[in-house]
Amino acid sequence: MRTVCFYFQVHQPYRLKPYRFFDIGEDHYYWNDYLNRNVIQKAAQKCYLPMNSLLLELIQRYQGRFKVAFSISGTFLDQMEAYAPDVLESFQRLVATGHVELLNETYSHSLAALKSKDEFFALVHKHQDRIKELFNGYSPRVFRNTELIYSDDIGAMVAELGYQGMLTEGAKHILGWKSPNYVYSNAKNPKLKILLKNFRLSDDIAFRFGDNTWGDYPLTTDKFVNWLNALPKEEPVVNLFMDYETFGEHQWAETGIFDFMRHLPEAIFTQSNFTFSTPLEVVAALSPVSNIHVPTPISWADEERDLTAWLGNDMQDEAFDRLYELEKKIRKIKDPALLRDWEYLQTSDHFYYICTKFFSDGSVHEYFSPYDTPYDAFINYMNVLSDFILRVEAAPSK
Amino acid sequence: MFGWEFPPHISGGLGTACYGLIQGMNIHKQEVIFVVPKLWGDEEPVADFVNASGVTVDYRERRFKKLWKNLTYLEVNSFLVPYLGPKAFKKYTDYAIHDRTDVDESVFSTNYQFSGKYGKNLMEEVSRYALVGAQIARDRSDFDIIHAHDWLAYPAGIAAKEMSGKPLVVHVHATEYDRSGESVNFPVFEIERAGMHAADHVVAVSQLTKNICVRKYGIPPEKVTVLHNAVLDASIITSTYQKKVPEKIVTFLGRITYQKGPEYFVEAAKKVIDRDPNVRFVMAGSGDLLNKMVDRVAELRMGTKFHFTGFLKGDDVDHMYAISDVYVMPSVSEPFGIAPLEAVRHNTPVIISKQSGVAEVLNNAIKIDFWDVDAMADAIFGLLHYQGIARMFTELGADELKKLKWEHVAAKLVTVYEKTLAQRA
Repeated sequence: MRTVCFYFQVHQPYRLKPYRFFDIGEDHYYWNDYLNRNVIQKAAQKCYLPMNSLLLELIQRYQGRFKVAFSISGTFLDQMEAYAPDVLESFQRLVATGHVELLNETYSHSLAALKSKDEFFALVHKHQDRIKELFNGYSPRVFRNTELIYSDDIGAMVAELGYQGMLTEGAKHILGWKSPNYVYSNAKNPKLKILLKNFRLSDDIAFRFGDNTWGDYPLTTDKFVNWLNALPKEEPVVNLFMDYETFGEHQWAETGIFDFMRHLPEAIFTQSNFTFSTPLEVVAALSPVSNIHVPTPISWADEERDLTAWLGNDMQDEAFDRLYELEKKIRKIKDPALLRDWEYLQTSDHFYYICTKFFSDGSVHEYFSPYDTPYDAFINYMNVLSDFILRVEAAPSK
Repeated sequence: MFGWEFPPHISGGLGTACYGLIQGMNIHKQEVIFVVPKLWGDEEPVADFVNASGVTVDYRERRFKKLWKNLTYLEVNSFLVPYLGPKAFKKYTDYAIHDRTDVDESVFSTNYQFSGKYGKNLMEEVSRYALVGAQIARDRSDFDIIHAHDWLAYPAGIAAKEMSGKPLVVHVHATEYDRSGESVNFPVFEIERAGMHAADHVVAVSQLTKNICVRKYGIPPEKVTVLHNAVLDASIITSTYQKKVPEKIVTFLGRITYQKGPEYFVEAAKKVIDRDPNVRFVMAGSGDLLNKMVDRVAELRMGTKFHFTGFLKGDDVDHMYAISDVYVMPSVSEPFGIAPLEAVRHNTPVIISKQSGVAEVLNNAIKIDFWDVDAMADAIFGLLHYQGIARMFTELGADELKKLKWEHVAAKLVTVYEKTLAQRA
């Protein structure tokens, strides 16, 4: 078996509105509805709608031989319902073909796996329920954690929840000489199979596609299939994991990214013996070659493939710790508005905006941040959190 | 009088102090010609205003050329050109000096449009302002004495004195040592020194500032008179603005720069919060140390109890004072510092550093050394918890405030003028 496994991440956070010190104790609405709606609707026109219709066209043309997987965060599902119901319908149509797999993640794209098992489980179950509700009872069997964050412990928790497989980054520093193009298993619970992102081939599409200073520019389907064919014959699976916004947002339509995707299946079918599979199919078909040891968490971000985009500087750690200090009290609260804010405040993007790694990967970070500086991001988040703490303290216990 | 800014177009306390002083002078029937680089047209007509941007400098006046040469020398000295080797720098400055001191009549032929701000052409504006000062002094004879406010206006004051032969008073509202600590900007220091030395008399806004004039600028103490600032309005402000949080609020309000000592406020906050979690600290303002303070607050893990508001303006400033339970001004070096008096007007007890001029006039406040964060924390804790002392301070502070009138300052200034003129005669 030689197969290509596409997984696309679909996520947008609930961004905070500018929230001033004077608002603390008085204004309990934190979200920037205008900005959030704008981002979704703009991305819908440039990416979600055209790409969904292209994928539907390909799935129908190849009658199920072409297939992909999505992980759609809960914050995205909620915003889709509110701001872009046509996008939700187009995802529902894709899933209804039976050739699109949905993955499970934490409902609010949270970093809870690093902090609290209880919260992590609660958010996974909530995401599960939400997917069932929106996609005709669909029940994911493979898990994808926020930002592909993974460690032996996180894998063990995911195995405990009954998932058969989990996706993460094929980070060089954990693989060493090993190849990402095999199935591995969790070091603590070998029942959980691990799929690793082939970051070179994934990033050729996601990051380098439109970069005309890149030596291999322009990337054609012929070239890409040649690279696939050049891989050692015994390596069974190439995992191409990327943000869905790659198509039309990060790589504009003018780069030819849609045409590339339109012709890629044909090129693969005619010029190679590769097929397409979804993560669950890969997990079902292949046995692990060995387990993989990841004692400290990895992610798919930046050159370091670690957690430093979200945690590690004092501001990030302060924001993160102050938030999760509230968990015990939150468990006793039943006010749905408060719980919703609790979940949305956990979204990893809020911590990403506070990242100060300006000089190495800062440019990527700035592109994604609605704030001028990480300091602004921290001040705004802490003002909101201060108000939220007052509400939690005042809330009646159930 | 030569100033640099005037209400409502101000960026600091200088314009407000000039306004107050002129109000006081008017009470004593003193006529003031007030020159500013740029008039906006909406200034209150309290003086005979001269807009420097509207003054044409007469290039036929030979003395101006000599003056311009000297000024340009200062200006060239202020060029901060990084990463040039000694040779390259010499070439650069030779060119600049030659280029600029060559009799450049275009300099004189048209009116120069001042921005009146504190931008990158500041040094050039200061020099041009001096030329305007010379021109005015040549054209007008209806004045007896020249008064220049802060270093930006000293060259204008010096030029006017040279042209007219009339005595010069320079008014030191702040020095380069207050603004920059020991790492002074040399050209600015030079202008300050030249101004104080050229002056017939120096007015300092506090004893603290007088000491700096004497020690750092070598001015004889008998040549310096202390005239403390006053307040325009000493009435108590009762705000209807309500606090939205249950905790008490301790406030720092000012530029977040070295001079204002923000880091000592942060350290003291930590000590207080450790003892009493029912307090919120607020740092209101912006400045080059803001990000460093944010980092430190995060490092001390008090991000949900220590807040940053950014730069406040308009009603927000009043609201901030109104909801504060304690106001702290931990300045490292503050020639005067009017903000604590604003806090007193809002019935907020204040803690001020001994290194501030205002400490010389405000007795009903807790005074600490800026570096003594333990004392600062004790004082904050005390004012928050022992209502008696807080109440006493606000009541007596309000009484003290009423005595700080510009009218009194102006009376003393008139005496300074009289003595200076008498020495000349």
